[in-house]
Amino acid sequence: MEAYLSLFVKSIFIENLALSFFLGMCTFLAVSKKIGTAIGLGAAVILVQAITVPANNLIFQHLLSDGALAWAGMPDVDLSFLGLICYIGVIAAMVQILEMVLDKYFPALYNALGVFLPLITVNCAILGGSLFMVERDLALGESVVYGVGSGAGWALAITALAGVREKLKYSDVPDGLQGLGITFITVGLMSLGFMAFSGIQL
Amino acid sequence: MDAHEREQARQVVLDPLVDNNPITLQILGICSALAVTTTLAASLLMCLALTTVVTFSNASISMIRNHVPSSIRIIVQMTIIASLVIVVDQLLKAFAYDVAKTLSVFVGLIITNCIVLGRAEAFAMKNPPMISMLDGLGNGLGYSLVLIAVGATRELFGSGTLLGYTVLPSVNDGGWYYTNGLMLLPPSAFFIIGLMIWGIRSWRTVQMEKPDFEIRQAHHSEVV
Repeated sequence: MEAYLSLFVKSIFIENLALSFFLGMCTFLAVSKKIGTAIGLGAAVILVQAITVPANNLIFQHLLSDGALAWAGMPDVDLSFLGLICYIGVIAAMVQILEMVLDKYFPALYNALGVFLPLITVNCAILGGSLFMVERDLALGESVVYGVGSGAGWALAITALAGVREKLKYSDVPDGLQGLGITFITVGLMSLGFMAFSGIQL
Repeated sequence: MDAHEREQARQVVLDPLVDNNPITLQILGICSALAVTTTLAASLLMCLALTTVVTFSNASISMIRNHVPSSIRIIVQMTIIASLVIVVDQLLKAFAYDVAKTLSVFVGLIITNCIVLGRAEAFAMKNPPMISMLDGLGNGLGYSLVLIAVGATRELFGSGTLLGYTVLPSVNDGGWYYTNGLMLLPPSAFFIIGLMIWGIRSWRTVQMEKPDFEIRQAHHSEVV
């Protein structure tokens, strides 16, 4: 239990996907103008991450990794080079299914997430989460915790950035730095703040 | 190729370098630009990998553009891109294993790099293969330009070396340069690209963004 808790805290703060691994930066910078939309997108990322990381974990362990096909009588087969295409396929399919399920059973949530749901397919934070899961060799239970935690960390970061940017519009920014430039500097400072967590041992 | 086509081809390749740069203007493909730029060698390898993928994905997507129903085009594009990335990933693992190891998951993440999908959607789906290929090449080079600049700055000031060769002898090795550790940490990448955007936009003023709110200048005769 303790191991899970420390993995959870670690994936939110110390190894924050957005601020220490720069994943999902394009959407992170483009959709952080208003707190409302940022929270919506954050929630969608947590949801998709919580489903796809464990799903890809199952696929990796039972179909792709070296010797995983022993149950089918093929112990010498190593399909791990097919990983990338499988993960992105799973992510695209999951997002599509999730969209249909939400549309049918939870129309309010579906409308709140709106256009962000399909966009998540190409959000590198999602694929990145799955690739880190493979690289670190997480077990199924850990992958569930890691999925939720890394999604939550990303949501936290984008909400915080949206908060800063809402205040920023009242400040007098130099002409060339206006918009994208000052956002980069802001994210840099936030990332510097998150560096403070890196000394924590769990 | 007549003069008009040559002119168009030249424009398609050169435009993304500064005037329409994928990173500083289109806000595409930023993740990897920040993450892999701690050393110049890793940046160069990443540029090579991305430019190859975007060039060939643009060419092959453009070839089948008239046969793909628009409802499933995204998944078709993703499959083509993912296959190309797998090829590049395997090649890197075979011939440049050490550097490929430092790129970690970021070679795989070229699949979701918005430059590749963005150019496929915006250009390759509407134009013939040859010119699409050049567009891919141009955008790849625009991306490389930023990555190499950031990578060189970070390695030079962070560890005093370029491509592993000592340029500024650091104090640890008996030289005079105090290495700036911040340059090797994630935040510096944001600062460098932010300042770079500031520089480019001061030079090419058309790229400046309008502020959301105009701050009203008070006149000295007004009573506050």
